[in-house]
Amino acid sequence: MGYTVYIILVPMLMFLFLGLGSKWLRPRVAGLCGTLGMAVSTLLSYATAYRYFFVEGLQDGAYPALTAWSVQWLQFGDTLHIDMGVLLDPISVMMLVVITTVSLMVHVYSFGYMKGERGFQRYYAFLSLFSFSMLGLVVATNIFQMYIFWELVGASSYLLIGFYYTKPAAIAASKKAFIVTRFADLGFLIGILILSYYTGTFDFGLLTADDASLAVTSMAGGSFLGLSAATWAMALLFMGAAGKSAMFPLHIWLPDAMEGPTPVSALIHAATMVVAGVYLIARMFPLYYFAAPDVLTLVTYVGAFTALFAAVIAITQTDIKRVLAFSTISQIAYMMVALGVSGMGGHAGEGYTASMFHLFTHAFFKALLFLGAGAVIHAVHSNEMEAMGGLRKYLPVTHITFLVACFSIAGIPPFSGFFSKDEILSAAFGHDKFIFTVLLLVAGLTAFYMFRLYFRIFWGTERKYEVRPHEAPASMLVPLVFLALLSCAVGWLPFSRLVSSDGIPYRLGIDWAIAAGGILVSLAGIAVATRFYMRERGLAARVAAKWAGFWRAAYHRFYIDEAWQFVTKKILFRCVSTPVAWFDRHAIDGGIDALGTGTQQLSRAVRGMQSGRVQTYAAVFVWSVLVIVVCVFIF
Amino acid sequence: MDLGNFLVMRQELGLLAVFVILLLLDLFVSETRAMKWFRPAAIFLFALHTAAGFFHVPEGTAFGGMYVTTPLAVLMKNILNLGLLVVFMQAGEWLRQQGTAIREGEYYIIALATLLGMYLMVSAGNFMLLYIGIEMASLPTACLAAYNKYKEKSAEAGAKYILMSTLSSGIMMFGLSYLYGAMGTMYFADMQPLVTADFMTVLGFVFFFAGLAFKISLVPFHMWAPDVYEGAPTATTAYLSVVSKAAGCFVLLLTLHHVFGGIGRIWYYMLWAITVATIVVGNLFAIRQRDIKRFFAYSSISQAGYIMLGVLHGTPEGLSAVVYYVLVYLFANMAAFGVIASVENNSGRTDLDAYNGLYKSNPKLALVMMLAVFSLAGIPPLGGFFSKFFIFAAAAAKGDYVLVFIALVNTVVSLYYYLRIIKAMFIDAPEGGVTERLRTDGYNKASLVFCTVGVLAAGIVSNLYGYIAGIGF
Repeated sequence: MGYTVYIILVPMLMFLFLGLGSKWLRPRVAGLCGTLGMAVSTLLSYATAYRYFFVEGLQDGAYPALTAWSVQWLQFGDTLHIDMGVLLDPISVMMLVVITTVSLMVHVYSFGYMKGERGFQRYYAFLSLFSFSMLGLVVATNIFQMYIFWELVGASSYLLIGFYYTKPAAIAASKKAFIVTRFADLGFLIGILILSYYTGTFDFGLLTADDASLAVTSMAGGSFLGLSAATWAMALLFMGAAGKSAMFPLHIWLPDAMEGPTPVSALIHAATMVVAGVYLIARMFPLYYFAAPDVLTLVTYVGAFTALFAAVIAITQTDIKRVLAFSTISQIAYMMVALGVSGMGGHAGEGYTASMFHLFTHAFFKALLFLGAGAVIHAVHSNEMEAMGGLRKYLPVTHITFLVACFSIAGIPPFSGFFSKDEILSAAFGHDKFIFTVLLLVAGLTAFYMFRLYFRIFWGTERKYEVRPHEAPASMLVPLVFLALLSCAVGWLPFSRLVSSDGIPYRLGIDWAIAAGGILVSLAGIAVATRFYMRERGLAARVAAKWAGFWRAAYHRFYIDEAWQFVTKKILFRCVSTPVAWFDRHAIDGGIDALGTGTQQLSRAVRGMQSGRVQTYAAVFVWSVLVIVVCVFIF
Repeated sequence: MDLGNFLVMRQELGLLAVFVILLLLDLFVSETRAMKWFRPAAIFLFALHTAAGFFHVPEGTAFGGMYVTTPLAVLMKNILNLGLLVVFMQAGEWLRQQGTAIREGEYYIIALATLLGMYLMVSAGNFMLLYIGIEMASLPTACLAAYNKYKEKSAEAGAKYILMSTLSSGIMMFGLSYLYGAMGTMYFADMQPLVTADFMTVLGFVFFFAGLAFKISLVPFHMWAPDVYEGAPTATTAYLSVVSKAAGCFVLLLTLHHVFGGIGRIWYYMLWAITVATIVVGNLFAIRQRDIKRFFAYSSISQAGYIMLGVLHGTPEGLSAVVYYVLVYLFANMAAFGVIASVENNSGRTDLDAYNGLYKSNPKLALVMMLAVFSLAGIPPLGGFFSKFFIFAAAAAKGDYVLVFIALVNTVVSLYYYLRIIKAMFIDAPEGGVTERLRTDGYNKASLVFCTVGVLAAGIVSNLYGYIAGIGF
């Protein structure tokens, strides 16, 4: 299946073409080229998924991990080398489908949304760059390739967040996103180095084979500060994952990243890039499970806390994209928890399947929510809920598709979110009742804030719109409808037959007892939201006033940004950076300057030797020969 | 007489043919209107000859070991060919300007004659032939230096070159006579086992070395270089600083270890000191220059010092690094001289101030100059970085850390003066500098493109070094 490499190469070539040709390509042509390139990748991914699951199929009862294409890139030692390749296994094939589908939808959608923007060609070039990097990340055959693409994804995210580079807020947001994730990636890199130092390989296949026995045996000896080498390595890898996937306390960049164009938020900051952290944990899952189970507990608790924390904040936000951003953080945390509570093999690995399943369904309905929000913003030219209300008459298609997405994320059957959320709840129930309770609470909160969002946009009192809001153009509606259909349909996939922790398909039915609980909680959340927001009766404001202190704290995102500001500006900058800068300016620069001035002076001193008289030159020549002869004989 | 011997000398014969054809052509067409075809013909014929060098690899000895050719010698000749080809492409515009004063054709013919001498230097298997080659290469070079004979500076450059050249050949010949006296032979192969550290051999060697050091302009035999470089026509300066110097380096590379390896312990310290002196003095003087040609004279002196770093140890890595270094240096220096030539042809100026604001008026030329200068300073990912890296790595592999450290510090210093050109071009206001767009002819443009591609590609195409290293030393 060597052709899979073209799934990745086509967007890369498209990026080069659009990037180099952005000056002379017409916007429409550039957009069309980018979209066509993405369509080719999408079709190839579908073909790959079909071939992988249904033609090649099972080998010895399990889905194999195939290396479809590979070249050796750098060689360090006998076993330690960096390859560039394409790895096909159930989760990477699933990711290929998710990324190309959402990316294609975003490409199409952007035609309408970005129409007439300055730098339309540049926008499409960046989209291609991002798609290339993300696809390269998921098919990585080894952790170093993953790291390289991981950074590329970060860079393209930076470029796209700062797309409106004349807006100071966008610039600040892009820098924030880059620095925060880069800081987390430092942990990732150190984790890779520790891991490869002990195991002598970067290759996923070797690392995860035989219950990760290579890592377990080779890392048994090392320890540092009372924790084993394996724990350190896996915890640092999780740090990288937490940065990319916006886990507390590294989540601060994601809400600000909403400064980018809305389709970009849908693609990068909802459906694909932010789940890279989850994907990384899933990819290394045997290592976590066998070599560092403590870290898996850490993942569970960080995830559960983040899920609750972000859901509470989402309730109070008034910018519709921020609500969705916190919702994304909360949902990704859900996936993290599912991985954290998972076991290995068969039914014990339910959490693993559930996590990947939720990643899969979430990608579609969250992209749909963002694109729907984009259509709303397109209509009213504002992100603030205050500027919206009663839009269901003006935007019928957007309204219906948005409602589908809301039901899906709230976990109402038969929409896709129900199936995956149920599996997560059931996995958590089997592992830890406390975590289960937290997740159930988050499910209720999710339903509440999503319907708060829905009612405030499409119901409630109409604002006095200066221009009559109009439905989005066809190029934006087609992706909405397509994603809405997917949000209805993908839940019915027999996911456990395709993706499992050990590659062996198994049966996983719906646990109706837990599902009933989940549905009830969600319905309760929806009911409260309906009571509060369907008609504006001031009820919500009164409740908020009663909890004023808590409300304000949540609205200000519990002052986590300010805490970071304090740590970096007051402590790091003042106590570490300033002395280092002083040393650099005075000691190091001073040394270099001394070399410079010394050379200058010496140069001035010897200048007179060059007289221009050929007699002198000849004399110097002859004397030099003689001096050399004498020296040679003396020494 | 065995005519088969001549077949081994195919490259020399090819060059001779080009030489004779051009000589006859010049005789018949000069001062007619057909003269405008002379230059394309010269460049075309010589380009053909250059290209042919890459295809056939004659190998063997001729005339009883007098003449030796190996794949390495062919590679060296190819590098020299490339250099002269670029000089030809860059010289035409200036030669046209001279028009009435001097005939155009002679420049090409004389340059080809010097190249033939360099061929013999590289392929010599006997000190006599080597000496003849050096003389063949030196004497006509004086004509090239004095080509603007009505300009005082050019005439002075020619006079200085011929005087110093005569002196150095005299000393070299003197040394060779000692060597012959000590060993009774002049063949490299015969001498190699006979070389011992006796008085006559060492004395002869030092004298011989001084003669070569003159060609390479190593300190303290470098004093002629700045004056000649400044006064000579720019094309000649380029030729002296690249092709002529490269030939000298190649000869040193071929003889030092293969013939005088037996007294390596003696010349090692001598060459070590000379290397340090060359790098340091070249850099120190370069800092204070206001004339760009003088500036490049000192720059090329210090570059020669870096080359010696590779020659010093004589390991295969070091020697292949030297050849690679020379190749990259050729591209970079020729690119710089192409820009200098077009600025000089347009404004008549060679001072550094003439480059103020070049980026505004001629961004492409400024870009070429920038790449060239960065390569000379050794900035990645250009070829110059890798050539320095290989040279340093080769010296470090033999544990010569002190020398590598001194060279590294000097690289930093060299960056300072190279950046002065960049500063002038990109930052300084174009007060009195070149403001209007420069015009330069297609040949010069082509040569600049060729050199720029060379500078870039030499860094990226990693198997180039592998190819050189694989040729065998």
